[in-house]
Amino acid sequence: MSFLKKSPWILHYDGTSCNGCDIEVLACLTPMYDVERFGIVNVGNPKHADILLITGSVNEQNTPVVKNLYRQMPEPKAVVAIGICATSGGIFQDCYNVKGGIDKVIPVDVYVPGCAARPEAIIDGVVKALGILEEKAKALKEAAHRQPVEVEESSHD
Amino acid sequence: MKTLFFLMAFPLLPAVLLAAVSAARWRNAIVKMSSVVLAAAAVALGVAHVKGGTSYYAVEGHWVDGALFCGEIGLSLYLLVKGFLSRRYVVPLLVVLQTGLMIYSEFFGGVVSAERDLSVDNLSVIMAMIVGVVGGLISIYSLWYMKDYHAHHPEIPNRTRSFFFVVFVFLAAMFGIVFSNNLRWMYFFWEVTSVCSFWLIGYSQTEEAVQNAFRALKINLLGGLSFALGIVYLAFVHKTVDMSQLLAMGQAAALIPAMFIAFAGLTKSAQMPFSSWLLGAMVAPTPVSALLHSSTMVKAGVYVIIKMAPILQNTAAGFVIALIGGVTFLLASATAVSQNNAKRVLAYSTIANLGLIVACGGVGTFEAVWAAILLVVFHAVAKGLLFLTVGTIEHEIGSRDIEDMHGLITRSPALAIFMLIGIAGMFLAPFGMLISKWVTLKAFIDSNPILAILLAFGSAPTLFFWAKWMGKLLAVPHTPRRTAGQIEPEEWTALLGLAVLTIGACGLFPLIAAEYIEPYTMQLYGHAFSLGYANLAIMGIMLGALILLPLGFFYFPKNLKYEGAYMAGANLPGNLSFQGSLGQPRDMIIRNVYFRAYFNEASLSRLGNWITVLLIVLMFVTAEL
Amino acid sequence: MKIFLITLAYLVLAPVLGGLLAGFDRIVTARMQSRVGPPLFQPFYDVLKLMAKENLAVNHFQNFYILCFLVFMIITGALFFAGGDLLLAIFALTLAGIFLVMGAYSANSPYSIIGAERELILMMAYEPMLLIAAIGLYMATGTFIVHDMIAIHRPLIFQLPGIFLGLVYILTIKFRKSPFDLSTSHHGHQEIVKGLTTEFSGPALAMIEVAHWYENILLLGLVYLFFAWYPPAAVAAVILTYFFEIFIDNTYARTKWHYAVKWSWAVAATLGVGNVATLYFLR
Repeated sequence: MSFLKKSPWILHYDGTSCNGCDIEVLACLTPMYDVERFGIVNVGNPKHADILLITGSVNEQNTPVVKNLYRQMPEPKAVVAIGICATSGGIFQDCYNVKGGIDKVIPVDVYVPGCAARPEAIIDGVVKALGILEEKAKALKEAAHRQPVEVEESSHD
Repeated sequence: MKTLFFLMAFPLLPAVLLAAVSAARWRNAIVKMSSVVLAAAAVALGVAHVKGGTSYYAVEGHWVDGALFCGEIGLSLYLLVKGFLSRRYVVPLLVVLQTGLMIYSEFFGGVVSAERDLSVDNLSVIMAMIVGVVGGLISIYSLWYMKDYHAHHPEIPNRTRSFFFVVFVFLAAMFGIVFSNNLRWMYFFWEVTSVCSFWLIGYSQTEEAVQNAFRALKINLLGGLSFALGIVYLAFVHKTVDMSQLLAMGQAAALIPAMFIAFAGLTKSAQMPFSSWLLGAMVAPTPVSALLHSSTMVKAGVYVIIKMAPILQNTAAGFVIALIGGVTFLLASATAVSQNNAKRVLAYSTIANLGLIVACGGVGTFEAVWAAILLVVFHAVAKGLLFLTVGTIEHEIGSRDIEDMHGLITRSPALAIFMLIGIAGMFLAPFGMLISKWVTLKAFIDSNPILAILLAFGSAPTLFFWAKWMGKLLAVPHTPRRTAGQIEPEEWTALLGLAVLTIGACGLFPLIAAEYIEPYTMQLYGHAFSLGYANLAIMGIMLGALILLPLGFFYFPKNLKYEGAYMAGANLPGNLSFQGSLGQPRDMIIRNVYFRAYFNEASLSRLGNWITVLLIVLMFVTAEL
Repeated sequence: MKIFLITLAYLVLAPVLGGLLAGFDRIVTARMQSRVGPPLFQPFYDVLKLMAKENLAVNHFQNFYILCFLVFMIITGALFFAGGDLLLAIFALTLAGIFLVMGAYSANSPYSIIGAERELILMMAYEPMLLIAAIGLYMATGTFIVHDMIAIHRPLIFQLPGIFLGLVYILTIKFRKSPFDLSTSHHGHQEIVKGLTTEFSGPALAMIEVAHWYENILLLGLVYLFFAWYPPAAVAAVILTYFFEIFIDNTYARTKWHYAVKWSWAVAATLGVGNVATLYFLR
C-alpha cells in the first residue's frame, strides 16, 4: 500500500520553452481541469516534489540546473517531459546551443508530445507517471531488503 | 556575624596583595584562592541561613563609623581632583553637594546613628551568594581575559594590578551594600561601587572610555546625591538612619525618604532616562561588563528598590516607579532588536530586565517581590554567562558582531552551546526567566493590568532578538571548520561554572523559592507565594524533556541523504555559492534583519527619556501628596 | 482520571480532527474558487506519502529540531486540554515555535532563513495579543487554570468581546492564512519557495504537518474557551471561526511583513487593551 498515487506533488521547471506548454501546465490547476481533485499540488520546491515536469529543451545553460533540481528531489521520483521540445528538442533540435530532449541529461519516465501539449495530455502523462512512481517505490523497498540496486537506471526508458 | 565581617573585609586582603605583586604566577594563585574562599564563604552563609529570619548585629565602638566617614572624605577628594583635572565641573559640584549634606548631617543632625549596623535576611543572603559565586567565577575569568586583552591591545597601558585591586575592593563594597542595615554605611559602600565602576569603565583611557566613565560617574553621583538626601531627611525628620526602622515606620512616614532612595536605585540600575551610562559602560573590558554592569552592581540598584517594596506597595508613587520599570522594559527590548553588536544587545537586554525587576519592586506585593528576587537570581547567572561567552568569542573570531557568529555551532561548538544555554536561560520556557515572567505577569494583573500590557508588548521583541541571535549561532554552513583558538582553563572554569549555575538555578528554583524567597515574603507580608505542585510537575517534565532532547545532537540518523540547500537549482559545488547572472559565481550571504527604521535607537531612547522624566517628576509629586 | 482520559483523547484525536479540518479547509477553499477540490482525507494521504519518502536533509541537526517542534507542540496541547495553566501553555507554544524556526535556521538555506526570520516577525506580531488574551481571561475568571475557567459557567465572550476579536485576528497568523502566510507561503504563493519548510522533505515534512494539526486544534480550543459555558454554542463558534479564517484566506491578498506587525499590534493595543481596561474599571 502506497499513498504516492493519491498525493503526487509536482515541481514544474521551464527549460527553454516558448511558454506555450507552461501555460498549459498551469491551466491544469484552474477550475476547468482542477488537478487538485487528484491530490496534485504544484509545490515549486524539489525537496517536496514527487514528479518533475519539464517544458522546453535543455542547453548548456540549464543543464546543471536540471541536474541539480533532479538530485534535490527525494526518492521515489519521476520525470515527465512536457511538449515536443522536452521530448526531443523539437524544431530547435539542430540549434547550436540545444542539446536535445530532457533525456540527454536526466532519466525521463513519461513523454508527453504536442506543441503545445494539451492539458488532458499533461494530466494523462502525470497519471502514467504515478504508475511508474509506484513501481519505483516497490523496487526501492525490495532494494532495501536486498543488495543496493541502481533503481533509477532500471526504470529508465 | 563573623561571616558577614569576613565577607566584607576579606576581599580587601587580596586587593592589597594584588596591587603589590606583579608576577603573573602569584596573581593567578591569589585570585583563584580568594575567589574560591569568597564563594565558599558566601555559600556557607547561604546554607546557614536556610529558612532563616532576619538577624541584626550591632557593631561595637564608633571607630568603624569614623573609618567609613574618613573613607567617604577620601573618595570625595579623589573625585574632586579627577573632576577638576578633566575639567568636568559637574562632578565636583555633585560631590561637594552630597558630601556637604553628609557632613552637615553628621555634625548638625544630632546624635543619629543606627542601633544595628548590619543585618542579614534571606534576600541579602541570595545577593551575597550571587556576588560571591558569580563574582568569584568572573574574577577567575578576568585572569585570562586581561592577559589576552593586553596581548591584543598593546597600545593600552597595562594596569592589571590596579584592575584586580579595584575588582576586589568592589566585591567587598557589594557585600557591604547587601549587609548594611545602617543607611550611612550602605551609602558609603554605594559610593565605593560608583567609583569602582568609574575607574573600570575608563580602564583603557581612550577618549571614548574616559568620556563614558565620566558619564557613568555623573549619573551615579546624581543617584548618590538622592541617596544622601534621603538619609538626611530621615536623620532630621525621623531621627534614624536605620533601614529596619524605616521599613517599620509605616508607609505614610517612610514614603518620602524611600522615594529618594528608590531614585538612587533607578540611576544605579540604569533605568530610563539614566540608561545611557550602562551602554557607554560597554567599552570596559568584558569581565567588567559581566560583573559590574549586569550581574552584581546594577543589581544593587534593584536591591534597594526590592527592599523598599513594602513601603511602595499600593502607593501611587510605587505605581509610578513600576511604570518607569515597565516603560524601560518595553523600550529597551524594542531597541535591542536593532542592534548587531553583541555587547549592546546584552546591555539593552540587561536594562530591560532590570526594568522588569524595578516594576516588580514598584508593585511591591508579595507575588511581585517573589518574582523580582527570582529574576535577580536568574538574570545574574545567565547574563554573566552570556557576557563572558561573548568575551571569549570576541577573542576567538575577532569580532563581537552577531553577524560574524554565523554558524558558530560548527566552528566552536562549546562556545555556541554556552551561548545557547545563556540565551535559553534568558527567554525560553521552562528556563528561569520565563518562570519569573509568569509570576510577574500574575502579580501585575493583580495589581494594575497596564503593567501586564507593557510586559505583553515588551516580551514580543525580546523573543525576536534572542531567537534571531540563536538562529545565527545554529545555522550550519555546509563546510564545518573549527577555529584554531583554544579555550584556556580559566575560561572553561568560569563558563562551565556559570552554565551549570544557569541550568542548576532552573532545576533547583523550587528549592531556592521554598528555602529563601518564601520565608522572606512570609516575614514581610505574612503571605508566601508558592507555585502549585501541578505546575511544578509540568515544568519539571518540560525541563527534563529539554535536557534529554539535546542527546539528539549525538544521534546521526542512518537513512538520511544529504543534499545542498535549495538555491533555485543554480548551486555551485560546495553549496555555499550559486551561479549568478552572466555565469558569475556568487557567494551565498545570509544576514539577519534589524528593523532600524522601526526600532530606531535614537528615537526610542528620546521617547523613553521624555516619558520617564515626566514619570520621575510625577513620582516625587505623588510622594509629596 | 478524567483529566488523564481527556489528555489521552487529545493525543489520539487531535491529529485525526486536525487532519480532517485541513481536508475540510482544502475543499471549502476549492469551492470558493469554484473548483471541486481534493477528497476530505487528502491531508492524510499527503502525510502518509511523505512518511514513505526518502529523508533528504542539508545537515543532520535540522530534523532533530523538527522532532522537538512536534514533541513540544504535543506537550503544549496536552497542557491545555488537561486543564493546566493557560499562560504556561502559551509559553510552551512559543518554545515549540522557536524550535521550528531553529530548524529552518540550521538548514542554512537562503529561503528557509528568510522564512525563519519572517516567522519570528510574525511571532513578534501575535505574541502581545496572545498574552493579552491570557490577561483578559485571567481578569474575567480570576485564574490561569483552564480547568477552572471552564468550570465558571458564565459566557466569557460577553466580558471579552474585544479580546475575542483580537484573538481571531491573530489566529489568521497562527493558522498561516492569507494576508499573513508570510513565512511558509502556502498555496500558490511561491516567492520564497516554501519559506520555513523549504529544506525539509519526506518524514520531516510529515512531522511538521502533524504538528500543525495539533497546533490548530489547540488554537480552536482557545476559541472554545470563550463559549465554554454552553458546549453546542462553543462547537458552533469554533466551526464558524475556522470558516471565517478560510473566508479571509480566500478574499485577501498577501500583505507585507511590516503591515503584519503594525496591524496586529494596533489590534492588540485597541481591541485587546480596550477590553482589559473596561474589565479593570468595571472590577
